[in-house]
Amino acid sequence: MQRRTLLGTAAALTMLATGALAQSDGPLKVGFVYVGPVGDGGWTYEHDQARQAVEAEFGDKVETMYQESVPEGADAERVLTQMALSGAKLIFTTSFGYMDPTVNVAAKFPDVKFEHATGYKRADNIGTYSARFYEGRAIQGHIAGKLTKTNKVGYIGSFPIPEVIRGINSAYIHAKKANPDVTFNVVWAYTWFDPAKEADAATALIEQGNDVILQHTDSTAPQAAAEKAGNVYTFGQASDMAEYKPAPRVSSIIDNWAPYYIERVAAVMDGTWESDDTWGGIDSGMVGIGEITDAVPADVKAEALALKDRIASGEYHPFTGPLKKQDGSDWLAEGETADDGTLLGMDFYVEGLTGEIPN
Amino acid sequence: MDLSVINPALLIASLMVASTPILLAALGELICEKSGVLNLGVEGMMITGAICGFAVAVETGSPLLGFLGAALGGAVLALLFAVLTQVLLANQVASGLALTLFGLGISALIGQGYRGVKPPPTGRIDLGPLSDIPVLGRVLFSHDWVVYFGLALVVAIWAFLKFSRAGLVLRAVGESAEAAHALGYKVVRIRIAAILFGGACSGLGGAYLSLIRVPQWTDGMTAGAGWIALAIVVFGSWRPGRVLVGAYLFGGLTVLQLNLQAAQLPVPVEVLSMSPFVLTIVVLVIISARRRGASGAAPAMLGRIFHASS
Repeated sequence: MQRRTLLGTAAALTMLATGALAQSDGPLKVGFVYVGPVGDGGWTYEHDQARQAVEAEFGDKVETMYQESVPEGADAERVLTQMALSGAKLIFTTSFGYMDPTVNVAAKFPDVKFEHATGYKRADNIGTYSARFYEGRAIQGHIAGKLTKTNKVGYIGSFPIPEVIRGINSAYIHAKKANPDVTFNVVWAYTWFDPAKEADAATALIEQGNDVILQHTDSTAPQAAAEKAGNVYTFGQASDMAEYKPAPRVSSIIDNWAPYYIERVAAVMDGTWESDDTWGGIDSGMVGIGEITDAVPADVKAEALALKDRIASGEYHPFTGPLKKQDGSDWLAEGETADDGTLLGMDFYVEGLTGEIPN
Repeated sequence: MDLSVINPALLIASLMVASTPILLAALGELICEKSGVLNLGVEGMMITGAICGFAVAVETGSPLLGFLGAALGGAVLALLFAVLTQVLLANQVASGLALTLFGLGISALIGQGYRGVKPPPTGRIDLGPLSDIPVLGRVLFSHDWVVYFGLALVVAIWAFLKFSRAGLVLRAVGESAEAAHALGYKVVRIRIAAILFGGACSGLGGAYLSLIRVPQWTDGMTAGAGWIALAIVVFGSWRPGRVLVGAYLFGGLTVLQLNLQAAQLPVPVEVLSMSPFVLTIVVLVIISARRRGASGAAPAMLGRIFHASS
């Protein structure tokens, strides 16, 4: 009897509390769900920097909350539900694997706006956003092709999703242009963040003669492995990873989410938020190219910067024909560029890449 | 596919490196469980050891002091567990899980200023001509001292449990705390000592990650290694030799599958990735199918609370 009374009181209190929150005109609560720890030095770190930028921009008018290292899957749904219940009106879910949890939770909370990174499922209250990392990968590929002496480039992939496959294709196409003899060896780590495994993957690649390592995982462990091995070059992923300058890290792709997050928070505040799909590139500043260090020969650096400018101005698209798929079938004709739909759902390698994409 | 790019000597050498953190942690947990205490906080003690060792090594410039600091850090966290479970008689499973969460949090806190810092390098032991023996030299005689320490610890713990009086007492406490108590042995003190040893070993394992294998500090960098160490103790049916086999098997398969992927072996990546786990399950089934199964080898008092009044 007592317990029932207690439960009843608790339920009533919860309803009161949520009711009160919904009524109040307090600060806009914005939630962030991270796949790794904020100190990963890569992907999640940059998202958290942008969260802090939101706080700095709006001050008292906004209250942010975040949860780090949230597993992709059922657990994410619980976290999202909890955030929505505690009054968040806008929630950023910052990893591909949160796609279905976001869709499920969004259906239950029509008043809460959701922004899902790197996904493709939208609804009235779910917008998606991503950056054209493949533009940065093109530049990395060019540098990698020029730098490799063994003609073997290692690539640490996380999960075989379009986002990662796009990066591999883009890097390969431009490495091949820079160096026709280059081959790519892709290792799938099946994790976004596991420093020990990333280090092992990098070490395996290095021991097999790959002297340039590209990574699509979030920690700086492959950089450390490359530094230990010596004479191996790497690129910062998601964040500048400047502590490994000037070598092994010779350049980087930097994600800059701050302007986008500020814009979206402002849109929710003045009621103009609408579900849409944003895909920013080098031109909008969402994709930044970190300093190319002096470990790269001056002429290669100049070529890479020229490539960057051509991509930024829209003069050149990294996926420009003639291009064939891995099985030899035609994809893009001479001068044709890939449309965004194909890129977003990319599930094939381009001609020349070896190995199979896991399903 | 070109399997010739995989150098077996290098492969085995990196296998030994990859297995060392889980081996150290599993050995510590083995002693702890032999005394009848189930400490599920291995992950928390490892990560605390990782950051304590890293911080000490960076501040002093000495990796050796770093490892000492790691052992101390792990032991201090284990002391918390010991107070909770041995003095306050709290539930061991719940306390262990809490220890993991606490360790992950406190390590992130201590680690604030150490992101992006590089630790002083730990050199390989130079064994002179031995290291120059082809293949064998690379596999056996060109590691850092921690790898050898881990192997020595396997032998030491085996001998301790099998031949020494103290080892016998430890096992007695784990098999029947009442009987040991009746004989006048200080059950609680022995258990606290075992817990502290377990914490120190886990700390060393964590520091091996942050100081040698990765080497850098990142939040949550153990990424589940502590849970694997716990599983390996069961896998090894509480015997140091088998724990070594388990750790090498698991570490070896992890490294091997990455190497096979890099060599573009035409086997589905999913199969390679899950192979360590599948093999673990298969071996567990084989072990438990035998007469004296895995569960039969467990210390009888494992996870039970002891109080002198009972």
